Amino acid sequence: MDAPRKQNALVRWIDYRLPIFTFMEHELNEYPTPRNLSYWWNFGSLAGLMLVVMIASGIFLAMQYTPQVDLAFDSVERIMRDVNWGWLMRYIHMNGASFFFIVTYIHIFRGLYYGSYKAPRELLWMLGVVILLLMMATAFMGYVLPWGQMSFWGATVITNLFSAIPLIGNDIVTWLWGGFAVGNPTLNRFYSLHYLLPFLIVAVVGLHLMALHQHGSNNPLGIDRKGPQDSIPFHPYYTIKDMFGMAVFLLVYAAFVFFLPNALGDPANYIQANPLQTPPEIVPEWYFLPFYAILRSVPDIWFIPSKLAGVIAMFGSIGLLFVLPWLDTSPVRSARFRPVYKVFFWFLVLAAVVLGVCGAHRPEGIYVVLGRIATLYYYFHFLILLPLLGKFERTRPLPTSISAAVLKSAPAASGRVEHA
Amino acid sequence: MRALALVAGLGLALLAGPAVAPAQEATPPLPAQAWPFEGIFGTFDRAAAQRGFQVYNEVCSNCHSLKLVAYGDLGPDGAGGGLGFSADEVKAIAAAKQVPDTNDQGEATTRAALPADHFVPPFANEKAARAANNGGLPPDLSVIVKAREGGPDYIYALLTGYKEPPASMKMGDGMNYNEFFPGHQIAMPQPLNDNSVTYGDGTQATLSQEAYDVVNFLAWAAEPTLDERHRTGIKVILFLLVLTGILYAGKRRIWAAVH
Repeated sequence: MDAPRKQNALVRWIDYRLPIFTFMEHELNEYPTPRNLSYWWNFGSLAGLMLVVMIASGIFLAMQYTPQVDLAFDSVERIMRDVNWGWLMRYIHMNGASFFFIVTYIHIFRGLYYGSYKAPRELLWMLGVVILLLMMATAFMGYVLPWGQMSFWGATVITNLFSAIPLIGNDIVTWLWGGFAVGNPTLNRFYSLHYLLPFLIVAVVGLHLMALHQHGSNNPLGIDRKGPQDSIPFHPYYTIKDMFGMAVFLLVYAAFVFFLPNALGDPANYIQANPLQTPPEIVPEWYFLPFYAILRSVPDIWFIPSKLAGVIAMFGSIGLLFVLPWLDTSPVRSARFRPVYKVFFWFLVLAAVVLGVCGAHRPEGIYVVLGRIATLYYYFHFLILLPLLGKFERTRPLPTSISAAVLKSAPAASGRVEHA
Repeated sequence: MRALALVAGLGLALLAGPAVAPAQEATPPLPAQAWPFEGIFGTFDRAAAQRGFQVYNEVCSNCHSLKLVAYGDLGPDGAGGGLGFSADEVKAIAAAKQVPDTNDQGEATTRAALPADHFVPPFANEKAARAANNGGLPPDLSVIVKAREGGPDYIYALLTGYKEPPASMKMGDGMNYNEFFPGHQIAMPQPLNDNSVTYGDGTQATLSQEAYDVVNFLAWAAEPTLDERHRTGIKVILFLLVLTGILYAGKRRIWAAVH
């Protein structure tokens, strides 16, 4: 396959000294991929696409943005009005954050359903959790930059969480702010970090891909590839499939950018930040709502005040994911062969959605109850259910190989590939 | 495809989340108006928006600033192609206002505004604004349509929503009753009435017409590039539809060999 490229003398010369062509050939062209990946496997490359879109649009915005408390809001509006195609760059970036999270959350839930975190892909999964944390930090700081009311008050609420740390909490908050309230030093450091963190994400994505390519993709059956009949080369099969998925994804994304650009945002962020006027309701962006709900769900526990307990529960909800490969004791990866786990997986999805709804409402009445039930379920699912299921669940028999299962479900005569 | 439909569904489902207003005092649901700038093919009605500019200029601007908009934005060189005023009309509109400046001796003076100047605010500073308005601060109107839940429908409802307070309600000193304002007590007295302005194009200046026109103007002020956004969006979607079709055909063809 790589013969034609090597015929070019310049390519040969370079490749002998810097094997970049051999590397690309190996990792993109020959890279063996399970033949049965479904469209759920498109979301990794979609997340990669969004990372590039966010960095590219962000760099252009940074050329016009002013990180100063008196000028930031107006500088964003100047981008919308007076910068050529500025409105497009800003709406791409602003809605891009939402779509980056949609794609990433689907990617994560796909990993949960098909057991993609299990041996030998534990580090691959953990690197993914690191990327999620970096994304959340980046998105949070980016939301502060337009210096609207939600920017300011969101930053105030979230940074104040650190004051829950006993003894040194308040000093840490002052240190984070660079003063005694969210102010100009805060805005400046958030801008600096908002520009830095995406490049750290790029680096961790590199490691994520390195770990991925070591053992290759998991697949809907969750069984290992046993030989060449189970694999197809990444190119052209998955390059074309990923590109098709990207086009469909871009259709949805573009519909929001051009026709519903403010639908996912809060109107209050079009009011310039005013430290003297607290908005009636402080809500984070939608992609943080489930975590916000966990934060507000926890009551006082014994001697731990509810604020500290809430902070621990919120960070713990992501911390749990780091040890997930060891909490799930079942040797079977895919939920297709785990009838009980399959049901509880959908309970977890439901809990996440319920938490999102609770996060959008004041913690009153039914939303307190629902938020607490969903939070409890989240922890129950990971800490109790998964360790026990591995021991007690009767799993269905696994197919002998990917190709055997594929040929069984789609007879060769029809010439079709299983899309699960 | 199922997966991708789900993405869209998830996105839509989540819209409902942050959009929920606090359940303080019950305000009636906003009556939905048909705005010409809404929808995929929506564009600004420039005649209505120009009348709306007149309403803003003669009524609203006595208390409300519009600091993000420049006089030049009204003309052909403005953001998004302007509001349809000619370059000469824009110069005349600007020249009627005075802006602070310094002369060559460094002394503070004023001069007639130029198209490059932003709309002159009615008050020198926040204290002056509050002193003149019973302690209330009239908000800047540049992005007010994007900054309120309900957008143009809310502004229209507010402008036409003044009523006598119900007998049971104790009104604060100098406060006014408005059906659609959260809490119902608003510092702004009813700003528009029938014939608050006299339109040059012969349109009847009823309260509802004035409110409709000024909301059209404020929607334009909040996002003058909206027309361009809709036009570009249609081209982008059409391009992506074709691209999606081509890639789908390619995918089918390449995968036909595998089974």
